[in-house]
Amino acid sequence: MTDHRTPPHESLTPDPADTFIPSAEKGTSLGADAWRRLKKNKLAIVGAVFVVIMVLGCNIEYVTFGLIETDAQTTNLPNAHQPPSWDEPFGTDNLGRSYLARVLEGGRVSLMVGLIATIVSVIIGTFYGAIAGYYGGKLDEIMMRIVDFLYGIPYMFLVILVMIMFSDTARGSAAPVFLALGVVQWLMTARIVRGQVLTLRHQEFVQAARVMGAGDLRIIFRHILPNTLGVVIVYATLTVPAVIILESFLSFLGLGVELSWGLLVSEGVGVVNPIHSYWWLLFFPSLFLAITLFSLNFFGDGLRDAFDPRTRK
Amino acid sequence: MGLLNPRILGLLVLAAVIFVAMTLWVGPLEGLVLVVGLVLIGATAYIPNRWIRVAGCIYLTLVLLVLGRHTLGPAGAVILTAAVVALAWLFLPPRVHRRVAFMIPSLVLLIFFTTILMYEAPGSPFASEKVADEEAIEQQMKKFRVAKTPLGFFGWFMQGIIEDGSMGLSVKVQGRTVNELLLPALPVSMSLGLLALVFAVTIGLGLGIRAGLKPNSAADYTSMGLAIVGISLPNFVIGAGFLILFALNLGWLPVAGWGSYGNLILPALTLALPYAAYIARLARTGTIEVMQQDFVRTARAKGLSEREVILKHALKGAILPVVTFLGPAAAGILTGSFVVETLFGIPGMGQWVVNSAINRDYSVVLGTAIIYFTIVTFFNLLVDLAYAWLDPRVREDL
Repeated sequence: MTDHRTPPHESLTPDPADTFIPSAEKGTSLGADAWRRLKKNKLAIVGAVFVVIMVLGCNIEYVTFGLIETDAQTTNLPNAHQPPSWDEPFGTDNLGRSYLARVLEGGRVSLMVGLIATIVSVIIGTFYGAIAGYYGGKLDEIMMRIVDFLYGIPYMFLVILVMIMFSDTARGSAAPVFLALGVVQWLMTARIVRGQVLTLRHQEFVQAARVMGAGDLRIIFRHILPNTLGVVIVYATLTVPAVIILESFLSFLGLGVELSWGLLVSEGVGVVNPIHSYWWLLFFPSLFLAITLFSLNFFGDGLRDAFDPRTRK
Repeated sequence: MGLLNPRILGLLVLAAVIFVAMTLWVGPLEGLVLVVGLVLIGATAYIPNRWIRVAGCIYLTLVLLVLGRHTLGPAGAVILTAAVVALAWLFLPPRVHRRVAFMIPSLVLLIFFTTILMYEAPGSPFASEKVADEEAIEQQMKKFRVAKTPLGFFGWFMQGIIEDGSMGLSVKVQGRTVNELLLPALPVSMSLGLLALVFAVTIGLGLGIRAGLKPNSAADYTSMGLAIVGISLPNFVIGAGFLILFALNLGWLPVAGWGSYGNLILPALTLALPYAAYIARLARTGTIEVMQQDFVRTARAKGLSEREVILKHALKGAILPVVTFLGPAAAGILTGSFVVETLFGIPGMGQWVVNSAINRDYSVVLGTAIIYFTIVTFFNLLVDLAYAWLDPRVREDL
């Protein structure tokens, strides 16, 4: 659903965005233009709102405020495998732990993994791509060949190896996951940024900066990279859900963090059997995961359409 | 300009950074080998078209001789190599030669790189709860050809491949060679992957083109809604849903295991869905763009039926972006199969990747790495050729 054009009848309502008239006196920046288009995309806005709710909702200290009685780790064995009820809205797991608390805590970790791994990948990819694209020529060729080489390695394989490397020192903690996923995800960012920089580096404003005596690094960081920001942000928004899914794969294979949506979902999958159904163990984390990923994808698609009007026909 | 040329300077800085990082991490010798390997890979971009054929054929000869010697015997290997290399020299375009010249050093470098990663990981194949004395461990290391340093292991491993086409013994599965373990698993994973790819392409193209022909219609919204579901759920959740619905409740298909065609359908579908979703989105955008082109209007104007317009003119343009995506999709489907194989209990390659990495079964890890890398790269080559065949603008610089 990349195309969320407002149906004609709705555009009859006087929307300030529709009455926008570009004029010679008042130019608009690329960002303002994109923001105007983004505001018209209802699904993207709904997605953004849901993401904010999820992030805030998972990060409140419920136990401190007395909203939930037990935290994600407190076990209560006699109370194991309780279906959802008024006291335990999401039921309890095999050790009698409150599943609501676990889902919220898992969300905090999943979102954090998604965000930090994305930041890692964006930083590496942007630097790498900008340098390759700006200098071009042989340097570019060789740097991109290295990317091609890494791209040929199945990413899961690389992730598993990096995870294994940290398995003793930091078992179950999130840091190796950030690193492993970030290290895999930067390749695409590097390609995208390089492509952008290649088209930007011969433009007049870069030549102007050079005439003014700016050095290469200054041109890259002050003049070229800000112009690639839109594309990078869009791609980063779409990387977050990809990373969250990857993390869930790792959890499923038993290599992930101690607690995350991915881990809860894979535990839920593990108890699927015809004899007794602990459906809540699969349903609630899957629901939260799906809502978050839907919202992030809608928001990312909306951002992309907003920054690149050509895809909206 | 000479050495002060920023590009050459940049290359030197890059090489130095990699070298220093590797020296601090593993050792100077390993760093040197890695830099030399990367330079070899990078250099394939500079061999002029006239000479690339020579490079491609040299690499082909080496690989075919090594592989053929153990399957066909020396005489057969020489005949096969001569025939294939002659054909490649005469008929393969420079682009393919360049790809071969890139792929084979890459494969060797991958083996080296994976070895380093494994050796840097804590633990070793012989670290178990039972405390063995140093001497026993050393004997074991000799028996299984596990060297003390990554470079040594890399050397032995390559020697084993070149001398007798074997990837060594598995340390953890007693008395079995890596070849014996992986060769039966390969066709299982391949058939699962290929079926998944077929599902992904047919479902994706069907939904995407249908949606793209009538943008913003009900058909469009349902297909794209399905696509978003496919992208937004981890595939093991979808797989578990399929299991509950089709196997447990309806009883149409077997739950798990391997042996009949029925066992293949649910896993392949599970594996295919996220990629079907992605392909649907690409095909939709492609179709919308193509249908607005002048040549489509011309085709309509000369009186072709809508059906002919779509099949003869629009379809080709619509699937171009999909073809580019097939390379990454094949890689993703292959690696996605780790998870799906675990979920459905399929005896494919996935189990070996995960278990051997956890057990530090070095030679098995390398074996899986070689197989996956070869498949992915080979598929990328096929995609490149298909793309060139579909898009005449690319064909010219083949």
